[in-house]
Amino acid sequence: MKHNNFGYLLGEGFRAVFKHGFMSFAAISITVACLVIINSFLLICYNLNLTVEDVQKETRIVVCIDESYTEAESKSVGSDINLLDNVANAKFISRSEALQSFIGDSDQSLFEGLDPQSMRDQFEITLVDNAKIAETKSALENVTGVADVYADIEVGNALATIRTVLYIASLAIAAVLLVVSLIIISNTIRLAMLDRREEIAIMKMVGATNSFIRFPFFVEGFILGFFGAVLSFFIEWGLYELIREAILNTGLEVLTVVPFTEVLLPMAVICAGAGFFIGIFGSLMSIRRFLKV
Amino acid sequence: MIDLINVTKTYETGTHALNGIDMHIDDGEFVFLVGQSGSGKSTIIKLLTAELKPTSGSILVNGYKLESIKRSSIPYMRRTLGVIFQDFRLIENKTVYENVAFAMRVIGASNKEIKKRVPYVLELVGLENKGRRLPNELSGGEQQRVAIARALINNPTMIIADEPTGNLDPARSFEIMLLLEKINALGTTVMVVTHEKGLVDRFTKRVVHIDEGRVISDGMDGYVV
Ligand SMILES: Nc1ncnc2c1ncn2[C@@H]1O[C@H](COP(=O)(O)OP(=O)(O)OP(=O)(O)O)[C@@H](O)[C@H]1O
Ligand SMILES: [Mg+2]
Repeated sequence: MKHNNFGYLLGEGFRAVFKHGFMSFAAISITVACLVIINSFLLICYNLNLTVEDVQKETRIVVCIDESYTEAESKSVGSDINLLDNVANAKFISRSEALQSFIGDSDQSLFEGLDPQSMRDQFEITLVDNAKIAETKSALENVTGVADVYADIEVGNALATIRTVLYIASLAIAAVLLVVSLIIISNTIRLAMLDRREEIAIMKMVGATNSFIRFPFFVEGFILGFFGAVLSFFIEWGLYELIREAILNTGLEVLTVVPFTEVLLPMAVICAGAGFFIGIFGSLMSIRRFLKV
Repeated sequence: MIDLINVTKTYETGTHALNGIDMHIDDGEFVFLVGQSGSGKSTIIKLLTAELKPTSGSILVNGYKLESIKRSSIPYMRRTLGVIFQDFRLIENKTVYENVAFAMRVIGASNKEIKKRVPYVLELVGLENKGRRLPNELSGGEQQRVAIARALINNPTMIIADEPTGNLDPARSFEIMLLLEKINALGTTVMVVTHEKGLVDRFTKRVVHIDEGRVISDGMDGYVV
């Protein structure tokens, strides 16, 4: 395509965006809304994922051995424990060590006369996969000699469940919203084409190629998608920082909320990618239908 | 050069619009295509511009075989034709100059070429002083001159006009015909569809008469019925 035509075609695309001001506004707004919602879900998932990982990292399993077992017998239970699939490491803690850590830094005199025999031998387990903590817990309970298994699984589990649900929900919502955006942009382009169908007919009659006829509509779709992407990016940024502030102020330390700057690049890429995709495919959808003849 | 050999066209509705047309038009000719309403004249034009494909037969337009033309070649074939319609088909919000320039621009002409060519063609059709007007500020005859200028702007080998004077009074119609005759004298082949017998009889030109999708007469004998 020659240089002077490129400028002309680009200009035609820009002019169309302003000429169909209301539809363009609607298309960009819908695109922004869709992208903001999609990105919000992505960000929630991302942060929740980090939170789940944090919580699980701190998750330990403590196994208490039957109090009738001697230290040597207890240690032999350890080899059975190590045989379990998901056990990465089982650290033996003897009764006296357990007592020592139970007393900790407190005043020794308070615990005067406390017999290590009142404690039980223990194993502190680290897991290969923290997500399978529940299965591992019940497997441990079935090992002979194991009296009790303590695992702090509720918070981690709940968060992991929420995360999974959110993942699926966001995928579904993202898909629906993408389709909505596509349809809206495609309709905007279709209106633009209908508006200019006489012009298009004349262009065809005098021998304009299809790619020449299409190009301004691509530009129009591209501009709509592009503005949608840029606006949604900054709106998302502002919104996110507001919510982050609010969450930090509640003092709920268990929730991880990374600053937006940490996800700036991926967010920009996602916004740009989705904007281009919506813009280009939106116009393609109606152009294909329209230029059949 | 145009060559139609045993061309038929049946529309999806089942209408047999053309039933075996044979017609040959050499470069430089001026031909009237006449016939009753519904005889198939516009169908022939739509076949020549590749808006429709023939049901059978073969069509040659300026070296392009239309029965087997590739979609991507159609625009280039169309650049060898200038087409004019009864209803002018101008872009209402563009000036006369822009309407004509538009046809050059959309086939990729440069601004320089456009600036050089448009005034020349506007002068040829007698609109050198009306370039800045909008179509609705012109008479019907003038609007048709704009359409003729647009058809000529890319220097086609042939002008095809489908009832170019259908919306004009006899005096304007005659002027448009004179203009087409002048264009023909400058070397462009011209084919004019009309059913105005009076107009055809004022010229001594080849007349191809179509009836029910067939050529029933072809010659210099005027509008025979
Ligand atoms: N798109 C179409 N679909 C179905 N039938 C059509 C179509 N266009 C034209 N026809 C039919 O084909 C026949 C020829 O039509 P055509 O338009 O070629 O006639 P014409 O000679 O141009 O008539 P007129 O002088 O009224 O313009 C007519 O019977 C018409 O009804
Ligand atoms: Mg007709």
